[in-house]
Amino acid sequence: MGLLSDPNRRRALISLLTRLNAPICVVCYMAGVAWFMGLAFEPFTLRTYMSENAMGSTMVEERFPAGERALGTGREFSAHKKKAGGMPVDWLVKTMQSRGLEVFTQRFSRRLPFPDEDKERYMVKGTNVYGILRAPRAPRTEALVLSAPCSPGDDNNQAVGVLLGLAQYFRNQVFWAKDIIFLVNEHDLIGMQAWLEGYHHTNTTGMDWSPLQGRGGSIQAALSLELSSDVVTSLDLVLEGLNGQLPNLDLANLFYAFCQKIGVLCTTQGKLQRNDWDSVSGYSHAVQTMMLMVMKQASGRPWGDHGLFLRYHIEAATIKGINSFRQYKTDATTIGRLLEGMYRKLNNLLERLHQSYFFYLMPSLSHFVSIGYYMPAFGLLALILLLRMSSPGVLSVLTPLVISHLTGVALYTLPIHFQEIAVEHFPVSETEAVVLTAIAVYTAGLALPHNTHRLLTGRGTENGWKVLKLVAVLYLAVLLGCTALINFSLGFILALTLVPVAAFVTPDVPKALSAFIMVILSPACTLLFSVFLFQELQEMPVSFLDGWMLYLSVISQGILDHALYGSLVYPLVALLVYPCWLLFWNILFWK
Amino acid sequence: MAAHRCSLSALLLIICSLLVFIVADSEKATLTGDHHATAVDNLQTVTETEEGAAAEEPAVEEERRWEETVVEEATADKEDTSAPETVVQSSVPQPKDDFQEELVIRPLHSGDIYASFQFRTLWETDFMRGNKVSHYRLFPKSLGQVISKFSVRELHISFTQGYWRTMQWGQPFLPSPPGAELWVWFQDSVTDVDGTWKELTNVLSGIFCASLNFIDSTNTVQPSASFKPLGIGNVTDHRFLRYATLPREIVCTENLTPWKKLLPCGSKAGLAVLLKSEKLFHSSFHSQAVHIRPVCQDWQCKTTSWELRQTLNVVFDLHTPGQGKLEWSLFKMFSRTLTEACPLASSSKIYIDITDDPQGEQFEVSPATHLLSQAMVLGDRRTFSVYDLTQQITFGTVRSLNLLIRWKSSEGDMLRPLLHAERYVAGYGLQTGEIHTLMYNNHPYRSFPVLLLDSVPWYLRLYIHTLTVTSKGKDNKPSYIHYQPSKDRVRPHLLEMLVQLPPNSVTEVTVQFERALLKWTEYTPDPNHGFYVGSSVISSLVPSIVAMDTNSTREQPLFSSFFPCKEESSYFMRVYTEPLLVNLPTPDFSMPYNVICLTCTVVAVGYGSLYNLLTRSFQIEEPSPGLAKRIANIIRKMRGVPPL
Repeated sequence: MGLLSDPNRRRALISLLTRLNAPICVVCYMAGVAWFMGLAFEPFTLRTYMSENAMGSTMVEERFPAGERALGTGREFSAHKKKAGGMPVDWLVKTMQSRGLEVFTQRFSRRLPFPDEDKERYMVKGTNVYGILRAPRAPRTEALVLSAPCSPGDDNNQAVGVLLGLAQYFRNQVFWAKDIIFLVNEHDLIGMQAWLEGYHHTNTTGMDWSPLQGRGGSIQAALSLELSSDVVTSLDLVLEGLNGQLPNLDLANLFYAFCQKIGVLCTTQGKLQRNDWDSVSGYSHAVQTMMLMVMKQASGRPWGDHGLFLRYHIEAATIKGINSFRQYKTDATTIGRLLEGMYRKLNNLLERLHQSYFFYLMPSLSHFVSIGYYMPAFGLLALILLLRMSSPGVLSVLTPLVISHLTGVALYTLPIHFQEIAVEHFPVSETEAVVLTAIAVYTAGLALPHNTHRLLTGRGTENGWKVLKLVAVLYLAVLLGCTALINFSLGFILALTLVPVAAFVTPDVPKALSAFIMVILSPACTLLFSVFLFQELQEMPVSFLDGWMLYLSVISQGILDHALYGSLVYPLVALLVYPCWLLFWNILFWK
Repeated sequence: MAAHRCSLSALLLIICSLLVFIVADSEKATLTGDHHATAVDNLQTVTETEEGAAAEEPAVEEERRWEETVVEEATADKEDTSAPETVVQSSVPQPKDDFQEELVIRPLHSGDIYASFQFRTLWETDFMRGNKVSHYRLFPKSLGQVISKFSVRELHISFTQGYWRTMQWGQPFLPSPPGAELWVWFQDSVTDVDGTWKELTNVLSGIFCASLNFIDSTNTVQPSASFKPLGIGNVTDHRFLRYATLPREIVCTENLTPWKKLLPCGSKAGLAVLLKSEKLFHSSFHSQAVHIRPVCQDWQCKTTSWELRQTLNVVFDLHTPGQGKLEWSLFKMFSRTLTEACPLASSSKIYIDITDDPQGEQFEVSPATHLLSQAMVLGDRRTFSVYDLTQQITFGTVRSLNLLIRWKSSEGDMLRPLLHAERYVAGYGLQTGEIHTLMYNNHPYRSFPVLLLDSVPWYLRLYIHTLTVTSKGKDNKPSYIHYQPSKDRVRPHLLEMLVQLPPNSVTEVTVQFERALLKWTEYTPDPNHGFYVGSSVISSLVPSIVAMDTNSTREQPLFSSFFPCKEESSYFMRVYTEPLLVNLPTPDFSMPYNVICLTCTVVAVGYGSLYNLLTRSFQIEEPSPGLAKRIANIIRKMRGVPPL
């Protein structure tokens, strides 16, 4: 305790910190990045293990026999889908009824704030169909969900086929203790959002839906199935949900355990697991996998239909069938057996999944990095901000703060409100109008605040910028800290780019060069780089022009995600991160 | 408000007594043994072909084949305070006690099969007024002692595994909520009702081998209107009523065995041989109950007798996709056949509901019987084939009865029962939530009132000011509300409402609640499973299906069908909603070690440095002087001059 209360030693520590401030900051930054990269190195990570006893040692046998018939049902479904030009509601209702389920439908409609050009939709109207398999002698208090999207075109017909096949098979089994809900949702996430809101009778996003008639109590777990070919090479597990939420790690463990048991190739982020962790390529493979997960999580959008369940504290994951050109193939029967096994174990659950981790990263499906291991990497970056707090002064920084935040509010609200005016005056579509307005507001913000302090005091005092910097640095530290707690990936990526800016910006550095660096490290450019990096990691590099188009669509998707599903990344960036960055921009142009 | 309440309960009383008359009227003539004989004689003479037509056109000659017995109306009986049954007894030589058993089998709309056992023991005795009853014959001694020791006037207990699917199965004869339900009316001589109730639940817990001892003040309520006495007696002061449910109670063989032991023949003879647990618990729904109540001995009702009614309802799942005909037999379902009636029983019968099959196309019952019976069940006129087990002829030459039914299933589309209800928890997150109760009135043109009873544990703190009742988008003001707020760790919320359900509508009752944070010892061993909230109870007089039939296709004399006939106009019905499973904010019990480490560190660092700062005395330290100065000071000290 002497360290803190002994004035001499305290003074020595402070002088050490002030003398070596810059080198320590550089070392911290390097160490933070190195720590993060080290997370993917296999000896530093933990093997996954099943924490939930109810799912662990209990043996289940998988006997699902009817893969071929399920595919036949899938083909029938696709024919009816073509005929109906969308969801074949009547056919699905009849088919589910003949399989002994209680069948219900839900209609929903939603007008998007602006047309979504990626998925070509604006006025969305659809119907969800779901059938409930009632467990014998169960009082309707718990349920499990298996869902498959009814996608346009030829996608996911097999998924619906397997779903119906499983429904038929499950109906004749006696061991169910929880109701099982088989859901076919139209318009992927919008339909899922409508169904979940209907089931929990909430309305967070202003969607119109008809109330649900049948329920099965509180949902314990959910799986979403995406399958577009009769045979698959591997099954991919998608975990990242809305706002970077992840399901309990036990769900991933369960999937991995059954893939191992049945002998199905399984991947996460589309990457197979490799055994050569000690080779360079093996390590870079793990880094790639982990980075992909970080990028996806940071984006805060649901990467599968399961993503929206997580808000309701329902553990959920998407299982995607991938058919590549490898020799190794798995048929529908095996996929059915895998799902049967997973549902039987979920059926055995006595409590909600809660034993294992909720915060983790996965460099491969069999290894994970828990929150205790990855937080130091972020902590090292955040430490820099604390070290860079210089001497305090007077609170004269209100004006820049207010003006930066007003710019943020403008960035948040204007794009959607001004789309009509923009469309009238410029030859662009609505989506482009929204995105371009966002970029315009963003750029306009750069011109604004570096003159603000002069408006107030008429002179840029020496003390003024120091106080502003103190406030800005503290602000950023708190902001990033909170973000990293909820969504580590987003927090870390933002820290990676914003912390150097925050640490070294003063009015005295060369203006032109530092302005250039600051713009490069600004949130918008971070997003641009992330888009390119993501494509690179997925081994689908794009040209600059395509990348730019992708960048624009990512922005529009971000705004749409916020409006449709309540994703928080866009408001976070617009209302908090961007104004904070503007404060540093302000400091640069103080004099 | 109090006056208002009084008038309302008076109204309810009137409704109840009205119902009594209705039921009494609907009972038909009586039957004695020789009628059976003639009916059975007919059985051999009448040709097979006439059989189907009989149900359709009740001609005068065929009328005889109708067994004129009254089928006990299952649900209506519950409200029955006079004793039409005892009228049956009065015509035969009076035994001191009497035992009847019956089994009703009904193929359900969904293709499942519903079997309902009823065993009734009547005993003309008086447990009260200091009578020491020590000689027991048919009536189980354990229950008799309970009645006299605890001054019980009525006792109703049910154990249910599963939820009755009204949308697929229609109405059950005797409704019951998932888990255990117990409600007791005490004699008005009992002074300490709560203490007696506590003792009684513990004793019953032992008798039925169930966790009824978990019933305490936190889950016991005193409903003011929903549970009226079903036997005779005029005390309706709800101070003597206690009602409790245990939605989490799991019912299994250990509850069935003591239940079977209460029967006079045990499971040795009679219908009870069918009650094999390995089959009964291989079903979609299982419910067993015991009802004890006082009934009249004769039509003058001067003295009372005690009625013990044991019921067991079970629904078997017969789902076989892609098959036109379903097949069911006693052996297939119970893995036993019947060889004799219980020798102690005065009547022992099997009824098969063949109403849905007037033409004999859908059903094939073998061995065939010509004994038919008609009864009003739940507001609907049903036709039954009757098998009398006391007649040797029923068992045929093989000396065993294995009923076999084949019928076409009409799977798929759901029923629209006149009244049904559902309930769910809305919202997300662990802070607040909203309970939604939906009540459907599917009657095309009649509205009717229902009594809704909700008992919610204290750890869901109801915000009663958010209570809304809406039907058809409009506010529907309940005409009677009885609300008793909860007390933390002492008693639950009780909410009773009388709501008018408009025709063809959904009425939604919503109330918001906050989830309480429990003390850490109050969590169950599996806190992440969630906490149960018992079913709400909806009691109502529902307009009957027969009365709904305005353009009657039944061939009736014209003079009889102008005014809707009164005795069939409505019937009593009780509907239970599903229980709720609610998650409460739960600490992470698996990480006490982390928590202890972290708090210890924080306390050590924080407290340590603060303590250090508070107790240390700070002084400005003189810089140590140089050697010359020190020497000079020594010299100055020797000279007596103050040092530098």
